[in-house]
Amino acid sequence: MTLFEIMDILDAKCLVGRKQLNMEVETAFSADLLSDVLAFAKAGSLLLTGLTNPQIVRTASILDIAAIILVRGKIAPDETLRMADELEIPMLSTRYILFETSGRLFMNGIKGCVERVGSDTYVTL
Amino acid sequence: MNLSYENSFEIQGGNFKKAGDISVQIKKVLQNLGVPRAILRRVAIAVYESEINIISYANKGIIHIQVSPETVSIEAEDEGPGIENIELAMRAGYSTATDKIREMGFGAGMGIPNIINCSDTFNITSEVNKGTHLTMIIQLTNNQEEKN
Repeated sequence: MTLFEIMDILDAKCLVGRKQLNMEVETAFSADLLSDVLAFAKAGSLLLTGLTNPQIVRTASILDIAAIILVRGKIAPDETLRMADELEIPMLSTRYILFETSGRLFMNGIKGCVERVGSDTYVTL
Repeated sequence: MNLSYENSFEIQGGNFKKAGDISVQIKKVLQNLGVPRAILRRVAIAVYESEINIISYANKGIIHIQVSPETVSIEAEDEGPGIENIELAMRAGYSTATDKIREMGFGAGMGIPNIINCSDTFNITSEVNKGTHLTMIIQLTNNQEEKN
């Protein structure tokens, strides 16, 4: 599915990356906790989050996240937008809540980048 | 592939605004060196988690990275409070993060477990009121692409 189609499904606006809206994505990860994004999100996925600080962009860049979708109508501060522009990570904003955003994408064929975490995910001593 | 690179980066503790800056830089350099994508991602995560840790907890620190044709070695050494109970720190979900750290979206207690997941070899030593020293080695040859 292209970011264009996703914008349509989510009635979203494009904050950064108008030229990259033909990008295809198939998977997503939703979280408001960057620690978990870093531990579980896969390369090439969408990141759905309500966080707006510059760390979401740096985290996305480190993980090769395809694009970021801000939920609950969030608009990121200029500093974050500048960084997304610089690191070429498209950023959309939707007014749907995280649950609705995830659900609507899922209904349209976007899958979780991991279905559930493995029992060996955690290092236990 | 003829890979060779070595550099050190100083990190100021408490500089939350810059958190991740150095990791993004290092990733770019390694990408230009031709480090394969899957490995690059594991290196970048290990460096990023280390950088966030230093900024979050230490007074200052250094991340040293060395790339050879066979391995990427990362050393993260800081001057700070150290870790009282390393076993606990290695357990997923255990955290001593402050509100400031959590506000940024970190501090879920996944940092060190995630570093371990990304590394082929991992070592940690720490001394209370002195600092912490992480060593992470990621193999470039016969790489474990399925990892992470």
